[in-house]
Amino acid sequence: MKRHLLSVDDLSREDIERILGRAGSFAEVSGREIKKVPTLRGRTVINLFYEASTRTSSSFELAAKRLSADLVTVKAQGSSVDKGESLKDTVQTLSAYDPAAIVFRSPHVGAAALVGRWTQASVINAGDGKHEHPTQALLDLYTLRRRAGRLEGLSVWIVGDVLHSRVARSNILAFGRMGCRVTVCGPPTLIPRGVASLGCEVRHTLDDLADADVVYVLRMQHERMTGSFVPSLREYAVRYQIDGRRLGSAQLLMHPGPVNRGVELAAEAIDSPQALITNQVESGVVVRMAVLYELLAGGPAPRESEVSPAGGVVESTEPQPA
Amino acid sequence: MSQQAKRAAAASGAGGLDHLLDSAWREPATVLVRGAHLLDPRAGLDRPGDLLVRGGTVAAIGAPASLAAPAEAEVVDAEGLHAFPAFVDPHVHLRVPGREDEEDIETGTRAAAAGGYGAILAMPNTEPVVDSAPVLRSLRERARAEARIPTGFTAAVTVGQLGERLTEMAELADAGAVGFTDDGLPVASAGVMRKALSYQRLAGRCIALHEEDASLSADGAMHEGEVSALLGLAGIPSVSEATMVARDAQLAAYEQARIHVQHVSAGETVEVLERARAAGVEVSAEATPHHLLLTDECVRSLDTNFKMNPPLRSEGDRQALIAGLRSGVLGCIATDHAPHAREEKEEPFELAPMGVTGLETAFAAVHTDLVAPGILELGLVVERMTAGGVPFGLALPGLAKGSAANLCLVDLAAEWEVGEPGYESRSANCGFAGRRLTGRVRMTIAAGAVAYRERSFAIGAV
Repeated sequence: MKRHLLSVDDLSREDIERILGRAGSFAEVSGREIKKVPTLRGRTVINLFYEASTRTSSSFELAAKRLSADLVTVKAQGSSVDKGESLKDTVQTLSAYDPAAIVFRSPHVGAAALVGRWTQASVINAGDGKHEHPTQALLDLYTLRRRAGRLEGLSVWIVGDVLHSRVARSNILAFGRMGCRVTVCGPPTLIPRGVASLGCEVRHTLDDLADADVVYVLRMQHERMTGSFVPSLREYAVRYQIDGRRLGSAQLLMHPGPVNRGVELAAEAIDSPQALITNQVESGVVVRMAVLYELLAGGPAPRESEVSPAGGVVESTEPQPA
Repeated sequence: MSQQAKRAAAASGAGGLDHLLDSAWREPATVLVRGAHLLDPRAGLDRPGDLLVRGGTVAAIGAPASLAAPAEAEVVDAEGLHAFPAFVDPHVHLRVPGREDEEDIETGTRAAAAGGYGAILAMPNTEPVVDSAPVLRSLRERARAEARIPTGFTAAVTVGQLGERLTEMAELADAGAVGFTDDGLPVASAGVMRKALSYQRLAGRCIALHEEDASLSADGAMHEGEVSALLGLAGIPSVSEATMVARDAQLAAYEQARIHVQHVSAGETVEVLERARAAGVEVSAEATPHHLLLTDECVRSLDTNFKMNPPLRSEGDRQALIAGLRSGVLGCIATDHAPHAREEKEEPFELAPMGVTGLETAFAAVHTDLVAPGILELGLVVERMTAGGVPFGLALPGLAKGSAANLCLVDLAAEWEVGEPGYESRSANCGFAGRRLTGRVRMTIAAGAVAYRERSFAIGAV
C-alpha cells in the first residue's frame, strides 16, 4: 500500500480486501466490553478538518482512540487558519509534532495530496472538495458486503447529485474495482459531462431502477436550487425520490448521510428493513481503524521517532524553502 | 502631422506604431554574425550566410564568410546556429504597477529577450489598471529606463476593467496605448462592447479580446470534460469562449471594427473564426504554446502550473489549434506570460491563481513538440512567432538588408531542462517546468542592441 490514502485509485483490489478483512476483525473487538487495542500506543494522529463534519470526524476520533493513539483534533474555525495562516504553514507546524497520520478534510479538490507533499506523516483524505472521500467508499463496501454476502456482480445505482458529490466519485471507482456494475442516475444538470469515463452507465430516469440490487442515494443539497441545477426540490423529489413504491423488496438502500427526509428519500424507505444507513455509520469506526492500521502498522516497522513518547517535537527533515 | 492624421497613417500602413514602443537606450551594437543559417520566410531567405548589424539596422547580408568585420565589430561564430527575425509577443503580463514581487519591467523584458523576443506588448490588468493616460505615461517612462527590448503598453477598454464605462480611449491612444484590452476579463455586456468597437473609428488601435462568458465559466477551474468529471473540479466549457467570439465577430462586422482574439483555446472557436474571416470580418487571433502543446490530461496531477484561463483543453481542441495555426486563422503565437508568486501557486488547485509564465520557453517548446516531429515547418513557426505585432500595426521584423536590427540566434540542436538553473523571470510558474526541450536562444538583438546573450546573466529566479 502507498504511504497515503488520497483516492480510491491508490488501492488495489487486494488492498481493499485486506482492509475489509481487518475491519471485520476489529468489529469483534468492538463487541467486547473493553474496545481498545494497543496497536498505536505512543503514536500521534492529527484530525485536521477545514470543513464541518460530524460522522467522519467523530468516527476517525473513535478509531484512533480505540487503537490507543494520541489524538489531536484541529478545526479550521478558531485556529490559526482564521488568522490567515496558509495551508502549507499549518501543515508544517503540525508536522513538527511528528504525527504518524494526518486525517484531513478540505473544501478543495486535491488539498489532501498537497498536504501529503508537505508532511512526513501518512495522510488520509477525509474528503477533498468534490473530488473524493475514499474511507466513505470503503465503509460502504464493508457494509454492503456484510449484508449482501458478496460484491462481485451486484448492480449498484447511484442516484442524485453526482456533480457535486465526492462520495459518488469515490464510490463509482470503488464499486467498479470490486466487480459491481455501476449506474449513475440524476437530472442531466447534476451529472457531470464525461462521467461515463469513470466506468459507469448514465441514466436520467428511474424507469429501469428494478435492475438495481443496491440503490445508493446521494444527498440533495438545498443550495443547488440557487444555481438553477434543478427548478425546484418538489420537481426533483417527484422524479428522483426513493420511496416505498420505487424501492423493491429485494433491493438494498444506502445513503452517506445526512439525509434530507422527504427530498431524496421518503421516510418509509429510510425506516425500511432494506435500509443500511445506520449500518454504514456503525461501520465507519471499524473501517477507519482498519485504514489507520494498514497505513501505520501494516507496513514496515515504524521509525524510531514515531515510537518516542508523544509530544516530543522532532525536527522536520524536509528540505526547507530558502 | 496632427494626432488624427498620425492615427490614420498608423491604421493604414504596417510599421506605423513602432514609435509607441519604449525601451532603455542601449548602445547600438556592431555585430557580425558569421555562418548562421538565415531564416526569414517572409523575405524568402533560407540559407547559410553572414549578417552584419550596424547602426541599428541590418547593414549587410551575404554568403558565408563573405562579409569583412568592421574594426569595432563583435564577431559571432554562428556556425550551426539559426538566425531568425526576433519574435514578437503581443500578450505579456509585466505585473507593473502593483505586483512587482511577481515581475517587473526589467525582469519581464529580460525573460523576453532570453526567449528570443525583440518586442512585447504588456497587458493593462495591473493594480491600478492602466485605464488613464497618467498611469500609461508613467509606465512608458519606466520602460524607457528599464526595458531591455521595445515594449508597448495596452490600455483597458473599460474603466477599472469593470465592463461598464469606456476608458478615454482617444486620449489613451494619444498617450501611446498600442491597443486596448480588458484581458483577464471579458467585456461581458454586448452593448459596451459595441460602443468600444464603434469608438475605434475615433481612437484607432486594435481591440484585443479575452473571450469568455462568465455565466458559462462560472467558478470553473479547468476544461469541462472527462478529467474534470474525474477530479470533481467545476468545468469551463469550450462554448464559454466560442459563443463570445461569435458575438464579437458579429459586432465587429456591424461596426466595421478590427478585433484580435486572445489565447484561443477551443476547436469551436477556430471554426467560428474561420467563418467570420470568410465573411470578411477583420478578426485576427493568437494561440499560446501551452494550448498548442498541452491538454487537460496534464491537470490530473493537480499541478497548479497547469491552471490558466482559458484552460488547457482536449486533444481534439489542441489539434484544431495546430490546424488553425497552419492555415493562418491563428496568425500568431503569443505566450500570455503570467507570472505568479510562489505562495499563491502553492495552494489547492481551485484557490491558485490562473496563469503560467512562458516567454523563456515559447520557441523551444513549440520547436520540440511541433517542429522536431515534423508536424509544422520551422519556417511557419518562425513566421507565427514573429507576427504578434501585426494585429496592432507594428512592423514585421526581418533579416533583409536595411531592416531594423531585430533578430535572435538559436541553436536548434541544444537540449536543456526548463527551470534548470533558474529563470530570468522573477516567477517560476512555468507550465513546461522540468521538461527537456531542444532549441536554445543564444543571443537576441533588439532595436539594434544586444538584449540577451546566453549565460551573461548570473541571476536565477529560483
